[in-house]
Amino acid sequence: MVTAIGFEGSANKLGIGIIRDGKVLSNVRHTYITPPGQGFQPRDTAKHHRDHILSVLRKALDNADVTPDEIDCVCYTKGPGMGAPLVAVAIVARTVAQLWNKPIVAVNHCIAHIEMGRLVTGADNPTVLYVSGGNTQVIAYLMNRYRIFGETIDIAVGNCLDRFARVLKLSNDPSPGYNIEQMAKRGKKFIELPYTVKGMDVSFSGILSYIEDIAQKKLDGGECTPEDLCFSLQETLFAMLVEITERAMAHCGSNEVLIVGGVGCNERLQQMMREMVEERGATLCATDERYCIDNGAMIAQAGWEMFSSGQVTPFNETWCTQRYRTDEVLVTWRDG
Amino acid sequence: MDVESEGSSALRLIKQGAEARIYAADFLGRPTIVKERFKKKFRHNVLDDKLRHKRTMQEVRSMHRCRKAGIATPTVFFIDSNDYKIYMEEVQNSITVRDYINSLKEDKESNLRKLAKIIGTILASMHNIQVIHGDLTTSNMLLKKTNDIEIADLVLIDFGLSSISSLAEDKGVDLYVLERAFLSTHPNTEDAFKVILDTYKTFKGSSEALKKLDEVRLRGRKRTMVG
Ligand SMILES: Nc1ncnc2c1ncn2[C@@H]1O[C@H](COP(=O)(O)OP(=O)(O)O)[C@@H](O)[C@H]1O
Ligand SMILES: [Mg+2]
Repeated sequence: MVTAIGFEGSANKLGIGIIRDGKVLSNVRHTYITPPGQGFQPRDTAKHHRDHILSVLRKALDNADVTPDEIDCVCYTKGPGMGAPLVAVAIVARTVAQLWNKPIVAVNHCIAHIEMGRLVTGADNPTVLYVSGGNTQVIAYLMNRYRIFGETIDIAVGNCLDRFARVLKLSNDPSPGYNIEQMAKRGKKFIELPYTVKGMDVSFSGILSYIEDIAQKKLDGGECTPEDLCFSLQETLFAMLVEITERAMAHCGSNEVLIVGGVGCNERLQQMMREMVEERGATLCATDERYCIDNGAMIAQAGWEMFSSGQVTPFNETWCTQRYRTDEVLVTWRDG
Repeated sequence: MDVESEGSSALRLIKQGAEARIYAADFLGRPTIVKERFKKKFRHNVLDDKLRHKRTMQEVRSMHRCRKAGIATPTVFFIDSNDYKIYMEEVQNSITVRDYINSLKEDKESNLRKLAKIIGTILASMHNIQVIHGDLTTSNMLLKKTNDIEIADLVLIDFGLSSISSLAEDKGVDLYVLERAFLSTHPNTEDAFKVILDTYKTFKGSSEALKKLDEVRLRGRKRTMVG
């Protein structure tokens, strides 16, 4: 029996979760929400994490009904993410590891999303679409690494959605992407936007600047509604994502898709992916909202896998890094 | 014209590619591949129609342009623009470069080098006529035979995402797309990929594209990855 606790705070969600042999014992989260029109800044986000981390930790232990001596390893997010928030959380993870006298495991945030997705869906070897505020990648496992087959060549899809939400001054509660999704449901008119796919790679910055440009003019002229713009943006961005996922599936000969990351909560994206997958006679692994959004349990799960395969991070290497690519990690817990 | 009655036998589905269905057929007695860009339900109608139209036309245009410049691509026999179907020559007994690389055992290194030189040469001549392929992967290159391969044995296909451009940026991105696909699909082939670029480098006009390749790589490395 191995019990792992995971600390996550690479962006505006602070999360701590506890996992025991594939079972989620607790998963507590506290999200830093900024006023409409504003993104989250590193300093304020770090402060939010510092202010709440001890109460989140208390809750995670209480909900799991676990005492520190029952924990086998302390896992934390090494990166990628924002520097200050990462460090704020890592310091607490390091401190409790020393207090409790437990080994530490430094975890890659992207790998954690994938491992949590595999755990909750039972997916064996899926093509993974990882879509969040900071990442857009199509990933497949090959010879002990999660290899990136496709990626954004500029901004992430979540970033594109968030920034457009700011243009429309949509609320950041619970998340800008969620509010775009609700607006898009009421959109009717399809406005053509640039569509930029390069093999298995995509580019979103041209779409963002184009829609930012035309939005005010079209709205003022009564040509369309904000709902139409949200609808058109989603239809375009998601068509690109589904297209590169399909291209990677064909290229790798894969029959299974898993969507992870915050944007994976979007039901329209899930629906489009399902339509693509069904048409190919493949399967889409069900997405579970609770684990798509950044959380602590996923860090615990990836750490659990690493720890169980013999990996421990020496204390003097328990630092953080803002850039940490998915394919840098040697996957020691899966067959070659 | 009604192709079915004009000498083409029934279509036999042989595979589903990345975006098209691939059929085998017989067109006026010639072994034929029919590539159909069928309707994608997941895409909005307007977008779907636009993409299928544009890609079918662009694919034919670039294949033609490459052929004229002596770069091996299948001959196009016929275009059915209602159904977005391209009838083209079947490259018989061919395998994809992806399968070829995966099958290499003895003399892997030297065969890889030979292949890499061929790929580098073809890419340089393709970029020299301003064709940007747009989807360079080892699945989109066919080999006519697997022994003593020469330039003429490598056939480029799948030009749906192609464009015509003289911009170094576009050429750089084309190489970047290949680099990622190549290295992800074929782990530990960094040396072979370097041979592709080294060969590409010996052609005129290639240095700007390679400089852009460096820039695009750097952009990727500098990108923030928050969330
Ligand atoms: N002219 C051809 N001759 C032989 N095989 C072909 C030909 N065209 C396509 N194929 C086969 O079909 C696959 C998919 O074709 P492709 O043009 O790449 O379509 P997609 O855009 O769907 O990937 C190729 O990888 C190759 O195996
Ligand atoms: Mg193809």
